[in-house]
Amino acid sequence: MSYFETHVLESLIYLPMLVVVALVLIPGRYQTVVRWTGVGAGLLLLVGSIYAFWVFDYGADAETFQLIRVYPWVEQLGIDFRLGVDGIGVLMVLLTGIVSFASAIIALRRDDDQKPYYLLLYLLIAGVYGTFVSIDLFFLFFFYELAVVPMFLLIGIWGSSSTYATFARTKEYGAMKLVIMLVGGSVLVWVAIIAIYVQVGLGTFDILTLQEAISGGALSPTFQRIVFPLVMVGFGVLAGLWPFHTWSPDGHVAAPTSVSMLHAGVLMKLGAFGIIRVGMTLLPGGMGDWALVLFILATANVIYGAIAAMAQTDLKYVIGYSSVSHMGYVLMGIATMDPLGLTGAALQMFSHGVMTALFFAAVGGIYDRTHTRDTMVLNGLASRMRWGTAFFIIAGLTSLGLPGLSGFIAELMVFIGAFRTEPWLGVLGVIGAAITAVYMLRLIARVFFGPRSRDWDRLPDLSRTEWIAASALVIPIMFVGIYPQPFLRVLSPAVDALVAGLGGA
Amino acid sequence: MSVDFTLLIPEFLLAGLAIGVLAVDMVLPARLNHRRNAIAASMAAVGMLAVLGYSLVDLRNIGETLYGQIYFVDRYALLFKALFLGTGVAVVLMSVEYVGKKLQNPGEYYALLVFSVLGSIMMASAGELLTAYIALELLSFSLYALVGLPRGDPRSAEAVTKYILIGAVSSAILLYGISLLYGTLGTTFFRFMDSPLAMFASQPTVIIGFAMVAAGLAFKLAVVPFHMWTPDAYEGAPTPVTAHLSVLSKAAAFALALRFFTEATQQSFHSWQMGIAVLAALTMTVGALVALTQTNIKRLLAYSSITQAGFVIVGLVAIGDAIGGGVQNQAAANAVILHLVGYAFTTLAAFMVVVTVEAHSGRELIADYAGLARRSPLAAMVMASALLSLAGLPIFAGFVTKFFLFTAAAEAGLLWLVVVAALASLVSLYYYLRIVRQMYLVKPEGGSAAIVFPRLSTVTMLGLFGGMVFVGIYPGPILDAAEAATHVLGPFVSR
Repeated sequence: MSYFETHVLESLIYLPMLVVVALVLIPGRYQTVVRWTGVGAGLLLLVGSIYAFWVFDYGADAETFQLIRVYPWVEQLGIDFRLGVDGIGVLMVLLTGIVSFASAIIALRRDDDQKPYYLLLYLLIAGVYGTFVSIDLFFLFFFYELAVVPMFLLIGIWGSSSTYATFARTKEYGAMKLVIMLVGGSVLVWVAIIAIYVQVGLGTFDILTLQEAISGGALSPTFQRIVFPLVMVGFGVLAGLWPFHTWSPDGHVAAPTSVSMLHAGVLMKLGAFGIIRVGMTLLPGGMGDWALVLFILATANVIYGAIAAMAQTDLKYVIGYSSVSHMGYVLMGIATMDPLGLTGAALQMFSHGVMTALFFAAVGGIYDRTHTRDTMVLNGLASRMRWGTAFFIIAGLTSLGLPGLSGFIAELMVFIGAFRTEPWLGVLGVIGAAITAVYMLRLIARVFFGPRSRDWDRLPDLSRTEWIAASALVIPIMFVGIYPQPFLRVLSPAVDALVAGLGGA
Repeated sequence: MSVDFTLLIPEFLLAGLAIGVLAVDMVLPARLNHRRNAIAASMAAVGMLAVLGYSLVDLRNIGETLYGQIYFVDRYALLFKALFLGTGVAVVLMSVEYVGKKLQNPGEYYALLVFSVLGSIMMASAGELLTAYIALELLSFSLYALVGLPRGDPRSAEAVTKYILIGAVSSAILLYGISLLYGTLGTTFFRFMDSPLAMFASQPTVIIGFAMVAAGLAFKLAVVPFHMWTPDAYEGAPTPVTAHLSVLSKAAAFALALRFFTEATQQSFHSWQMGIAVLAALTMTVGALVALTQTNIKRLLAYSSITQAGFVIVGLVAIGDAIGGGVQNQAAANAVILHLVGYAFTTLAAFMVVVTVEAHSGRELIADYAGLARRSPLAAMVMASALLSLAGLPIFAGFVTKFFLFTAAAEAGLLWLVVVAALASLVSLYYYLRIVRQMYLVKPEGGSAAIVFPRLSTVTMLGLFGGMVFVGIYPGPILDAAEAATHVLGPFVSR
């Protein structure tokens, strides 16, 4: 292995951390340096993530977990700084790279002190990368919590408060609700992790060792049945699992654009990823017992999110609820425990991550220029904001599952998996997709087409930086839609290993 | 039994230092009067650092005891010596500004600080109840005096009255408990109490005596329901003294409790375990819930320190196996020490900010922290980090230390206690975030002029912040030291 190959995963954690330290040290008056650091680091992360995806061994007989690095950390408790990725992990690394790059560009502002903003943004990104590449339970949890905390300040300071006809939502409310609910979820995860560690009794937090012991019967079925819901709900909160999703639309609406992108794009994936990495891998028996419950909740996600999105008049709330709905497909795919369903879930995580980031980038662009997100006020933007419209429509078509874009293949696989296991719930899932088409097309028609009101006559189109960021998101959407084979190939060994683990329980 | 007084060189040096600092007020020529504060402070700080250096370098006597196990000079004592002296130095550094403004005689203030550090060190070294009691009284009396030092300040007078009264009662209870135990067991040496304690564990005098000793310690630790004095004393005391109270006196009481429980209750720990576990659960819950309604930052930190004490007791309970048997779990003892170290850095950092803000604005309400991030980004960052550390979030000390504590507790079969502790953490996060909100999201009231700190405060703040992050991301070395320290206790039976 080359030097880069050996160190790529840890670099993806160290680099954002280094940026944080560097930003602390750069005096606030050098805003140009701050901005270049912020954007440059985003580009480096993108390159590093693509590189990690590139060097990952696709071969059929390759190891499930690759690029493994182990640094002893606290030997008394068997905690190592242990990194490695399987196909799902490396796909998530790629997603994080793409979305981080795009949101680092979108975050650019001319009129503001950007130092603290980028500082917190990169702290968040470090946490996200860390969670995806940790194969030590302690560090997985460490980075998971690290990813949540900066949200409070990012939303609280730079977010926006909104007043609606019947209610108001302040940014402080959104920030506090988000952090308390997410940390509340992580408290459950915390208890579950410690319980697993103690119950297995090997004195190690290494996920692979634990997995081996557990497939050998180290955890009783009863224990798994009791602990799995902690993991499911604990991580589920972050994944937007109904009925624990309520922080998510409020948080999205309050957050500034680049944070919304990261938040819906990668942060919510952490939750689904946690259910796979901890729940499915370490508690296969519990997963089997609770799969139907998860399936039903996920279906509720899909339907409830879609119907709620239909009723919204704030663009960000629409996207927020559509995220809840789409995360439902991810959870549904996980609940099928079927190879196709799981592959679909992982692909949907990627697809939704890129798509929703694109949504928020477009919405942010519109909001910055019109200062409103009210779908009753916005109309006929297409003739003024050509690129903004194009990007929003691409995202919209992806979300309703148009063939040729990434959403289609992902949702199709989830549906096939669902029909194989719980056909009736699968039918409800498809109905959810139909509702998505209804509200999305209606929204596009109203906001972008039709007569244009006077207010929008002088509307400028997206700036070049916004265009670059959005394009970086459109490329993977099209790539996956047209040529999904590399993604499917990278996922298949990981998914097979997961399914084999579930079968062995 | 030969008595080798060279074992006590650090203690003698400290006592001498305290008297020397006390003399500054009297012997310094009048033309140097305006320098008295600086001279006394630097004497105390440099002196304590020198003693610390000496203790760390001269390890010839490690493992020796004095008067046949009355007084231990071991790695356990050494670790706490380092912790207490470090705390002492930090408190001296954060006091300089306050003392210069408010107190007439700086010498007595710093001398009392040194005396309290000496008392704490003796508590960590004592291997016998009466010695421990005397050390505890040395600590307590120094603290009484420190709390009441601002003469003519009614709040301070109220605080010291409550503190002395309750402290005296708790000392009496402790002493009475010791006498009961001595009457039944015939010894006050921790190690010799072990077998008789197990043998007579169901004797009423032993139960009452043990409960009284535990209650006496619980007063010092501010364990619910023996915590009522804490908020008042914390609020009324000079703020640097509040920091000193919440770090030094707690850590010292835990140092004593940990040695006492591991050595004296080797075989009988399970008889007391459930009772202590319930106290821990109560302490965490009450501390976290009552803190929700506080408006004064010092009171809030008082309740938060109660919650933190609850976490440490979780570790203390976990040194024994809940299913039965005596003291077994060395990992729990290590986690307790690690948590105390992390807690010391974190709390001192938080108080450093409170002290400087108070010195600048003269106010101490949470509302006064509005917009601190604009007036002093550094102070706001340190404060926010300290609060998140107390709440147990990464990359700060609290995350790691709590994770280890709770893991140890779960290993001892106390998963229910872990659940309570985790929920208490969640509640505490809410009120910590309220302060973060004040500092970052609310606009400053009445002018947003930048707060300029003395350079000394900035350096101290950064040092404490660095320690907090260090424990949070690389606790290995401290855990190794803790392992070496707890190795002399016990012996821990391997599980």
